[in-house]
Amino acid sequence: MNNSQVPQHNISTYANNKKAIYATDENGEYTIVASSGWNVEEEATRQALLELERLAADAYESVASGKVSPLYFHMYDRRMDPQTLAQATGMFQWRIKRHFRPKAFGRLSARMVARYADTLGISVEQLCMLPTRGESGV
Amino acid sequence: MSKQEFAHGHAAHCESGVMSLMMQHHGLPLSEAMVFGLSGALMFAYLPFVKLGGLPLIAYRSMPKSIIKGLQKNLGIKMKMQTFSNPEKGTKALDALLVQGEIVGAQTSVFWLPYFPEEMRFHFNAHNLIIYGKKDDEYLISDPVFEAPVRCVTKAMQKARFVKGVMAPKGLLYYPLKVPETIDYAVVIPRAVKKNAKAMLKTPVPIAGIRGIRALAKSIGKLEKKDRRYAKLFLGHIVRMQEEIGTGGAGFRFIYASFLQEAGRLLGSSLLAESSEMMTAVGDQWREFALMLAKAIRSKKSHSIDFPALQIKLESVADAEAAVYRKLLEGKLV
Repeated sequence: MNNSQVPQHNISTYANNKKAIYATDENGEYTIVASSGWNVEEEATRQALLELERLAADAYESVASGKVSPLYFHMYDRRMDPQTLAQATGMFQWRIKRHFRPKAFGRLSARMVARYADTLGISVEQLCMLPTRGESGV
Repeated sequence: MSKQEFAHGHAAHCESGVMSLMMQHHGLPLSEAMVFGLSGALMFAYLPFVKLGGLPLIAYRSMPKSIIKGLQKNLGIKMKMQTFSNPEKGTKALDALLVQGEIVGAQTSVFWLPYFPEEMRFHFNAHNLIIYGKKDDEYLISDPVFEAPVRCVTKAMQKARFVKGVMAPKGLLYYPLKVPETIDYAVVIPRAVKKNAKAMLKTPVPIAGIRGIRALAKSIGKLEKKDRRYAKLFLGHIVRMQEEIGTGGAGFRFIYASFLQEAGRLLGSSLLAESSEMMTAVGDQWREFALMLAKAIRSKKSHSIDFPALQIKLESVADAEAAVYRKLLEGKLV
């Protein structure tokens, strides 16, 4: 890639940052060019972000309807899934999935709740309830 | 080891960027591309059975930490690498090193670093950065994928260094104990280049190297029968691994071409110079492939995605890349 071809699309997923791209100058010599992004990359990142948002929004509805515990929403809101949460807490997935049941979650010890809150980087109070609509997000 | 005032630099990839800045700080001028190439970091791996967020692992370079380790092995650098079982101890050790005036490499999660914009915060635990000082409660950080130095409070850094999970950093800190003053490039370059080319061409497993690229191409062909949303996420995932994850463009192929060029100049080798040009062309093809993928994701009518065309394109990229490695493997470099 020639350095005049390095995309400078000011893409939203860079949030005004620039990444270093390797490209050749007019003499064929490689240099580092600061790029404000390529819309191809933006498309892919957006897609991943939208998927995370969709999962969190679906989870929100499930919690609001009383089907699952707030833990389920906060997990997706922190861009995790049962697998990543299990790895991050060091617990088995089946155990975490049990805690998605409102009843089982309600019976958790204070220590257990604190462990989840700490892993998710939120307070115990936040973990035990749903945020007001529109206020969620990392 | 001569020490000077630390200077931040912008790099494509975190681990090679950190090692390049660190070596320069300790008096060994080594560009990011040279660090990347001499550690033999170029790779391709497609692991359909390892899922990240429901999608298979696709890597364009070797495992995290392999750049640090590869550089130690190939250049005779000696690094101190330290992990901690206790977060508080990890923070204390870091602060003590900074008081001694050391610049320290650290492995962290991306998600818990507050200076990352929300759009870039994903759960990736093998990010590398340099901490070069502390003011009040804030660390002074040289994160090579950012243009300028950044800062981060102690508490957030501790969280980012001690997340658990896949590739958990365990508070890893590293800094050089011994850096050679000169390097015999006529010996180390051919060795690293040949080894890397061999690893890409002659893998015993069908999911690594050129065979891995072909395996991925085959999987794309099979997406036709899969759920459409999954298929689109899969295609987008390839683009992200290739372009978004700090690769310097085209999944590290351009950075490697830059290495081949610099190596060719150091050794006066026309074969390396020609290989560099070939690798640049391969990188351009990878970018064309990414463009095709982006168009496929964008298409509203999902039945209009031409999966066989994507498969054929990726297979032709594999052919072109294999030709570069064959040239490097068969030719005389010095």
